[in-house]
Amino acid sequence: MTLLATLARVEAAASGRAQPLATVRHRHLAEHPMVFVPLTTAGEAGAPLGALVGTDPAAPTLLTVPQPRDRDLRFRFLAELADVLLPHLESAQDAVETVPRRSGEAAERCVDAPQLVVPNAGGVAFVRLLGRSMRFRRTAEEDPDAPHPAPARVPLLGRWLTHYGERARVPGSALLLSATELLTRHWATGQSPLEDQHLGALLAWLRAAEADVPGRDGGDGRDGGDGRDGGGGAAGARAALRAETERDAEGLLRTPPAGPATDPAFDNQRLAPAVARYDAGVFGAEAEIRTLLATQLRPTWDAVWEALERVRALPPGERVAARWEGDRWSYTAHRDRLRAGEPPQPRRDDAVTAARKLAARERDQARLSAQEALDDPLVLAGRRLAGEAFAGEVTAVEEAYSTGRRPMPRPLVTVRTGDEPQLAVGTKVYRVLPGDGRTQGGECAALPGPGLVTVRLTGGMGRGAQPAAGSVPVAGDTVCWTLFEHQPRGGPDLPDPEDTPWTHGGPPAGGPEEPDRATGEDLL
Amino acid sequence: MNHRTPAAGLRRRLAELRGPAHPPRPLDARALAALAANPGCRRRALLDGAGVDKAALARALGAPAPFGQSQFAFARGHAFEARVHADGCAALVGLLRAATGDTGPEPTGVEVPDLTADGPAGRAARTRLALAEADDRAARPDGGAVWTVLVHPMLALPVAGSPVHLEPDAVAVAPDGTRTVVEVKSFPILDGTADPAKVGGAARQAAVYALALEESGGPVADALLLVCPKDFSNLPTAAAVDLRRQRAAVRRQLARLTGLADIAAAVPEGVTFDVERPGAELAAAVADVPAAYAPECLATCELAFHCRERARSGGEVTVLGRAVRGELGALRTVDAVLAAAHGTAPGAGAEGGGPEDTGAEDAGAVPDPAVAALRRAARLRAEALAQAGHAAPAPTPAPGAPPPRAARDGGGR
Repeated sequence: MTLLATLARVEAAASGRAQPLATVRHRHLAEHPMVFVPLTTAGEAGAPLGALVGTDPAAPTLLTVPQPRDRDLRFRFLAELADVLLPHLESAQDAVETVPRRSGEAAERCVDAPQLVVPNAGGVAFVRLLGRSMRFRRTAEEDPDAPHPAPARVPLLGRWLTHYGERARVPGSALLLSATELLTRHWATGQSPLEDQHLGALLAWLRAAEADVPGRDGGDGRDGGDGRDGGGGAAGARAALRAETERDAEGLLRTPPAGPATDPAFDNQRLAPAVARYDAGVFGAEAEIRTLLATQLRPTWDAVWEALERVRALPPGERVAARWEGDRWSYTAHRDRLRAGEPPQPRRDDAVTAARKLAARERDQARLSAQEALDDPLVLAGRRLAGEAFAGEVTAVEEAYSTGRRPMPRPLVTVRTGDEPQLAVGTKVYRVLPGDGRTQGGECAALPGPGLVTVRLTGGMGRGAQPAAGSVPVAGDTVCWTLFEHQPRGGPDLPDPEDTPWTHGGPPAGGPEEPDRATGEDLL
Repeated sequence: MNHRTPAAGLRRRLAELRGPAHPPRPLDARALAALAANPGCRRRALLDGAGVDKAALARALGAPAPFGQSQFAFARGHAFEARVHADGCAALVGLLRAATGDTGPEPTGVEVPDLTADGPAGRAARTRLALAEADDRAARPDGGAVWTVLVHPMLALPVAGSPVHLEPDAVAVAPDGTRTVVEVKSFPILDGTADPAKVGGAARQAAVYALALEESGGPVADALLLVCPKDFSNLPTAAAVDLRRQRAAVRRQLARLTGLADIAAAVPEGVTFDVERPGAELAAAVADVPAAYAPECLATCELAFHCRERARSGGEVTVLGRAVRGELGALRTVDAVLAAAHGTAPGAGAEGGGPEDTGAEDAGAVPDPAVAALRRAARLRAEALAQAGHAAPAPTPAPGAPPPRAARDGGGR
């Protein structure tokens, strides 16, 4: 957490209301995202219990597993899930545009990509887990002799979910989002990041931010006396505590956990007896389990849509669409791999793939930090506080030229700033040119006095002997320079997989991976 | 901890604190590991050391712990453990040898001694006996490669002067007498990796068992054998997890626990944590022992909700996370942070007094870098929010044009 974010949390704690951490929306939101609220069976890996899924907040599809330990029922659930999710995930495959690549040749790119939204970080992990559990299965068509073949489209869904889960690890990506991540990116609550993982508690702070609390509420002696803000300083904390702990007469949480884990009290008091009735063949037990799971899923479903509405209300950041392009490339690339008949993603990445992914994520993280700061004065304020940017008024501009054979304009711009940038003579700085949004480069030429910085402009002024119009600020202009690049590039290229050095295990062993065999153990 | 009389005195004192009518709640490895994770918490140290039922105490305080176990997880855990111990533990020995790269001779047999006895002390005695028998076999030249697996043995570890009984899932004794702690967990090892948080928890717990094994003598292996379900199946797989760091950490924390007598001595006479007492009295008693609340407590301590409530009403900044303490330096409360950030004394009527004005007044008197950074942060934040047309933060009227609601809040004090 940066100091600025910490200050926002402290302000939220004092006022009892969530405080903004961003003034624009930093993530792309699709017009019709697919929301997926999964539940899993306690103590089992990859044994789904149920899910609400769909693109219409008023009409979710409820999928349930009456006995999660039964392999056939699990497969039935996964097949039903594929019926709902796959049409959505495949919906944007055929609408394409042609764009030139850096190499010069034209490439096809999907004009949109389907978005998936889950409640929290646990939901993202569960998407990955589901993907892993499905993509190595074999269908009857692929392997007629295998016992217990998977339903037809299940391995395909596994590969899609794996791709979405993997993409979610890329900073700033938006193919798979979690509601808690979306909310915590844009607002600070008066609780810890740990507690922010509870979607209900997080929303409670945000609702408290909106509740109109008249000033007279704080007029009584107690609130005024404790030196806190009037108007119910603890409103958010109280509401969050209710969301975390309030139970009904039967001891069930009024705000069920946002999954994928269930409330143990629900498991023990309601679900286990119902599953026992199902096992005993009692008529109506399956319908009862469906109703029970719906009671646990529906509040989270509504909460995810509420989170989406809240985030959608923010105006999108200027560079969000450009980042979404990266997601569209990623979607297109996965589509191409499927169409080319490539095998499922391996269980573990080979050395080169892993290094490449890591390098790409580092680059994307740097780009995300830069773009968020340029899009949002509040984020930029954090970078200014950290000494990574400075803003101020131009006090003097001095004409100067480079000393080469063909002298180029290198004007010296002196700025008075209240910020404390980590500058030394020679440090490179960047700013966005007013008007066209291109980046202008410069370097620190001198630090003439306290609060004064002289920048030598080194680019963005055209090719002429005179700087292009509007590319050099004039005295009295307000300018903002960053010490970080606006379009950070990645490091050098990595070798091809077949050239993996021995230090990294050498070239990967060839051949597609073994499928997951069904064993007697599948019946848990 | 070898001085008999002070230990007995401490035990009597702890019994008073617990309420003599209640039997002490035995400490388990999980509690010891959690204690080692937050060693600064005197409240937890004393309540655990005295054997107070913290769950009951939390209920009496009106802030019950939300912990519970689903019977699905319970049933699955038991079924899995039974499978691991099936076939006379031969498979378990196989897993251990594979995980540790043991190149010794093929096992000629696996002994699984019966450890049932009455009470924890009796079971601990049986365990000691079984370990001694295993050592005897190891010492015999014609003993062959016989392994011994103690399933649910009982180990004793002196903590703060009194023995604590601990029950690991299993202890394997190699033919050469080396003991290895075995933990059977129900989270999966998927494609060779497992959840690092869960593995860390298991390792801290196992470190406590390893220390207890050391107490009973004999060589103890550096690694824990972690047995988990493989991928999505119910088949056991295992990995060796190095315990040296965790053992050193737990040993250090447990040594510090002997300060229990000092903590107990600081509690006024007559104060008791007897859960039969009324809630208000218990709350006052609990408040007599300082806590070190951090949000991480919510996952491990029954009293966490109570402590969080207290920390919140005291305006402590740790409720926002452990990390914020490092950023805020000596500023420990929400009010102090806001007063520093906005340049106002807490509670002062700041009508018309923006940060700029008051900041200029006492700028010379603020050498604390944390305060200076906060003041800049507040100025930058207010500026950025105003630029974006947002409401300025509520606690104090910000410079510029405070929106009507913020002005009303400020005036309401």
